[in-house]
Amino acid sequence: MSTHSLPGTRPTTGANAAGLRQDDVRERMLMFGLSVPAILLVVVIIGIPVGWLFWLSLFNDEGVLSTSNYTRMIEHKSYYRIFRTTFNVSFLTTIICVAIGYPFAYFLAQLPQKWANIGLIAVLLPFWTSLLVRTYAWLVILQRKGLINQWGIELGLWDTPLRLVHNLNGTLIGMAHIMLPFLLLPLYGSMRTIDQDYIKAASNLGASPFRAFWSIYFPLSLPGLFAGIVVVFVLCLGFFVTPAVLGGGRVIMVSMKIETIIDLFYNFGTASALGVVLLALTLLVLFISHKLLRLDRILGGGTGT
Amino acid sequence: MADANQINALPITIRGLTKTYGPVFALDHVDLDVRSGEFLTLLGPSGSGKTTLLMVLAGFTRPDHGSALFGDDEVIRMQPHKREVGMVFQNYALFPHMTVAGNIGFPLKLRNVNKATLHQRVESALETVQLEGFGDRQIDQLSGGQMQRVALARAIVFEPRILLMDEPLSALDKKLREHMQIELRHLHEKLGMTTVYVTHDQREALTMSDRIAVINDGKLMQLDSPRRIYDQPANPFVANFIGESTLLPVEHSDGHVSYAGTPVNVSGSESKDGRLLMLRPERLVLLKPGEEADYNTFQGVVKDVVYQGESFLLYVTLMDGADVAIRSVSQRGLLAAVPEVGAQVTLGLHPDETVLIPEGES
Repeated sequence: MSTHSLPGTRPTTGANAAGLRQDDVRERMLMFGLSVPAILLVVVIIGIPVGWLFWLSLFNDEGVLSTSNYTRMIEHKSYYRIFRTTFNVSFLTTIICVAIGYPFAYFLAQLPQKWANIGLIAVLLPFWTSLLVRTYAWLVILQRKGLINQWGIELGLWDTPLRLVHNLNGTLIGMAHIMLPFLLLPLYGSMRTIDQDYIKAASNLGASPFRAFWSIYFPLSLPGLFAGIVVVFVLCLGFFVTPAVLGGGRVIMVSMKIETIIDLFYNFGTASALGVVLLALTLLVLFISHKLLRLDRILGGGTGT
Repeated sequence: MADANQINALPITIRGLTKTYGPVFALDHVDLDVRSGEFLTLLGPSGSGKTTLLMVLAGFTRPDHGSALFGDDEVIRMQPHKREVGMVFQNYALFPHMTVAGNIGFPLKLRNVNKATLHQRVESALETVQLEGFGDRQIDQLSGGQMQRVALARAIVFEPRILLMDEPLSALDKKLREHMQIELRHLHEKLGMTTVYVTHDQREALTMSDRIAVINDGKLMQLDSPRRIYDQPANPFVANFIGESTLLPVEHSDGHVSYAGTPVNVSGSESKDGRLLMLRPERLVLLKPGEEADYNTFQGVVKDVVYQGESFLLYVTLMDGADVAIRSVSQRGLLAAVPEVGAQVTLGLHPDETVLIPEGES
């Protein structure tokens, strides 16, 4: 009798062995079949365009295979400036979102569920209206003869209209407003999972309210905060509409440069190369943050279930 | 008796403590004295107010009015972090982002204990709860019993003079729970801090406590030693909540007590004028003919026999229709003599174990 073969290998004899194995295989094929549409979709709408983009970036203006699109980016200082602006704006937007979002999420997390839901709806409601509408609304509010300047001058707070739009200020105000929910939702979610007993325990052990927040609550909210920061930062890197409308041509981000190159020069090679570099940098940001989050977990972070 | 590790314990004095939630009294003018160094258990059904009382002592629930003294100090308006009481939470509330040593060292860090002393005290606390060498573990690597010990170590490491525990063993399985009951008891004897322990498990309360405070509907029903709580309940609620019992109405006439016309000898009862007679299943015996002389007797018919492993239960319907239970150990001889359903039996209750209970809240 050798029905008990090596551990891990399946016995091939015995009642219905062949049939049962067949059922196994069929089940696995079926499961794979179910995921095929999703896989195809990813390949068609992400894989192929990105590959094509990369392919296009390898041809110069004369349609000859070369790396000139990339070398030009290194040679011309203007490209460096654009990337710097992009990261600058993304970084500042993220900071503003954290500065507004963290206290707000904390406030919501302390409220009874019913009131917190109302607060969340207030955040999400504008989220459901068109991006373009919201951006132009900011233009109306912030421009030279807009609401804020009118009120400010009528109330005598300032005499000459403040330059709130068509510059970095306007871009940051608009982007922070649009990005805030992306920071708030994961942050609020992770704050809600923090057991109030942790805070009670901390204060029972002698921690003042501030100390309990700083030593216990804040570290436990970090996973949600990091998740929100990464989402906001990465979304900002490729953002187009808001900086285009509210920046007034003074704040040039990579996405806007790509648009200009295609619109004015019809140069797909250069535009593609810019896209590829932005994509690579974005992936780099994701990779680094992933490593950092890992590191954080090793150091003992995370909400810990 | 005086151990080198022993802490100067503090008594707790509670006066007129009241907390309402809408029309409901969670605490209804509670007066309670916890003696210095004793292990006192707050026992009651869920919603009785026992946890509210503990939370008031810890400072997490603000009462409507009343007073609570730790020693001579009024603490009722003191913030929780200034009260210097240790507390073990029901779900342990161990900080998941810190190691075991980080958790236990946290209260010491807050008190600016220097690094060497901190390390030494954390080690000694780990030793006290028998978790030597666990300092570097993460919280999620611990079993339920280990978390319980860490929570305890964290609550005692800063040497509070009062220790509060909120159903700390309820998440453990039965075996481990019984083991931890004995261990907590020993630890209390060793450390000697005044301990207030909340549980809804009467057996746990009887096993561990110096005294038990039975609480119901926000009121203190009885405060006594486990023996007296069980043997001489002050009211029907306590009699029913602790252990099983059947309460029979009795009549009083010129100093004599009788049940359904039969005189009852109540020489063992502290309450001589109680209107209810308490019958506990394990205090009743099945009498053979001729044994009646020493006992108060009750005639009845066997209604049901239930075998429960270590013991068996006999349900007997008395002549006036009341159902009583009698429990007996499953020894071979006793088991062989179990009457059948429908049989006429005589139950006996020794006068020393015959207890009258005042009527009152049930």
